[in-house]
Amino acid sequence: MDTAYLVETVIKVVVILLVFSALAGFGTYFERKILAFMQRRLGPMNVGPYGLLQIAADGIKLFTKEDIIPTGVVATIFKLAPVITAATAFMAAAAIPFLPSFTIFGYTVHPIVADVNIGILYVMGVMAIGLYGPLLGGMASANKFSLISAARAAAVFISYEVVTGLAILAPIMMVGSLSLIDFNEYQAGGIGDWIVWSQPVAFILFWIAAFAETGRTPFHLIANDHEIIDGFGTEYSGMRWGLFFIGEYANMFFISFVIPLVFLGGYGDGSFLGALALLGKMAFFFFFFLWTRAAWPDVRPDQLMWLCWKVLMPIAVINVVITGFVMMF
Amino acid sequence: MFEAVAFYLFAFLTISMFYITVTTSQALYALTALAAGMIFISAFFFILGADFLGAVQIIVYTGAVMAIYAFGMMFFDSTRSVREKQGNKYIISGLAILSAVLVVLIFAAPMISTNMTAFYPSIEGAGNTQEVGMVLFTKYLIPFEVAAVMLLVAMIAGIVLAGKKMDLSLTLMNQAEIDEIKKEQDKKVLS
Repeated sequence: MDTAYLVETVIKVVVILLVFSALAGFGTYFERKILAFMQRRLGPMNVGPYGLLQIAADGIKLFTKEDIIPTGVVATIFKLAPVITAATAFMAAAAIPFLPSFTIFGYTVHPIVADVNIGILYVMGVMAIGLYGPLLGGMASANKFSLISAARAAAVFISYEVVTGLAILAPIMMVGSLSLIDFNEYQAGGIGDWIVWSQPVAFILFWIAAFAETGRTPFHLIANDHEIIDGFGTEYSGMRWGLFFIGEYANMFFISFVIPLVFLGGYGDGSFLGALALLGKMAFFFFFFLWTRAAWPDVRPDQLMWLCWKVLMPIAVINVVITGFVMMF
Repeated sequence: MFEAVAFYLFAFLTISMFYITVTTSQALYALTALAAGMIFISAFFFILGADFLGAVQIIVYTGAVMAIYAFGMMFFDSTRSVREKQGNKYIISGLAILSAVLVVLIFAAPMISTNMTAFYPSIEGAGNTQEVGMVLFTKYLIPFEVAAVMLLVAMIAGIVLAGKKMDLSLTLMNQAEIDEIKKEQDKKVLS
C-alpha cells in the first residue's frame, strides 16, 4: 500500500463527501421548485435569483438553531440516530463508480473509492443499515408518533429487502459478477446490450423497491406529515434533523446512480459522452422521485406489506426461475 | 500494518459492543449494541479477504436484529430500563468465564497441533463468490438442502400460526356479526 494510493483515496473520499453533501442541499431546492411548477406555484423566489440562495439560508438556519435534547429520551441513542442515517448513506457510495476512469496530468484516476468484487451486495447492504436511523430515532424519542414511525420503519425494512435482493439476483446471474464495474463492462456494447431489455421485470421491481428503500412518496409512510407529524423527526431540531435530510437525499442520489449502472448501461464504453449519459440518466431517475411525489398518493403500511410480500416477491421469484431456465437451456 | 491496526480496532469495538449488550439493563442500548457488534464482525471477513461473507454478514444481521427490535417494541417500553431478576452473580460470571475458556480451547487446540489441512484448496482464478458457491454445492450440499427444508417448514408453520381467521375483517362486518364473535369468545373463556 503506497503513499500515492493512500493520498488518492483520501482525496476521493473528501470529494465525494463534499459534492454529495452540497448536492443534498441542492436536492431540496430542486424538489421544492419542481413540486411548485407541477402545482402551478412559484416555489422559493425571494432569497437570491429564482430563490437559489434559499439553500444557503436553510443551511445557516439549521447550523445555528439550538440543538434540543428533550427530557425523557434515551439521550445516547437519540444523538446517534441521525449520524447513522447520514454516515451509512455515504459509506454505500464507496463501491459506486461515479464516472469512467480518466487521465489527468498523466495520472489515471478511477472515480470509485474501493473496487470490491461484491460491489452491488455491499451497496445494498450498507444502504439497508440506513433505516436504523429512523428506527432508533423513533424508539428513543419517547413520543407516540415517533414510536409508530419506528414500527413502520421495521415493517418497511422487512418488506422491501426481500424484493430488492430477489430482483437484483436475475441480472447478477446473467453477468456472473457482483462488481458494478463488471455490470458496466457487460453492457458496454451500446443500447442493444442493456440489461433492461432482457430483464424488464427485474428493472421495474428494483425501481419500485428503490422508492421503499429511500422512503419516497408512494412509500413515504415512515414520516408521513399528515398522519404522524414528522414521524421519527418530530423531536429533533437543528442540524440533527438536517442530518436525516442529508442522508435521505444522498441515498436518493446514490440509488439513482445504481439503477442506471445495473440496468441501463452505466457509462457505456467510458468515453466523455458515456460519462455525460450516466449523469443524464442519474438526473432522470432523481427527477422521477420528485415527479412521483407530485403525482401519487401515499399507501398505507399494510398496503405496502401486501404489495411487497404478495405481489412483488412472487413475481421476483418467478423471474429468477425463468432466468435460470433460459440460461441453462 | 493497516491490517493489524484494523484488526485490533475492530476487535476492541466488537468486544465492547457485546459487553454492553450483556450488561446493560436498557433494552434499546442492548439491541443497538447487538446490531453494531454484528456489523463490526463483518470487518474481520473483509480483513481476511472474504468480501462475500462480510457483505452477507451485514445484510443478514441488519435484518435479523431489526426483527428483534420489532419484538422489543412490543414487549418493553424502550425508553425505560428493565428491572432484571438478579441471581447469584458469582455463579453466573464463573460459568461464563468457564464456557469462554472452553470455546477458545476447542477452536485453538487443532491449530496448535498444526495438523490442519484444507480439504478444498482455493481454486486459481475463481472469485470469492464463486468459491463459496463451489464449496456450498459440492461438500456442503446436504446441510444446505436440509437448511432449506427447515426454513420451508418454519415458513409454513408461521403462515399457519398467523393465518387463523385471516378471512375475517372487523371493518367489513356489521355490529351484529361482531357481537356474535364476541359472544363465542366469551363462552370459550368461561367454559
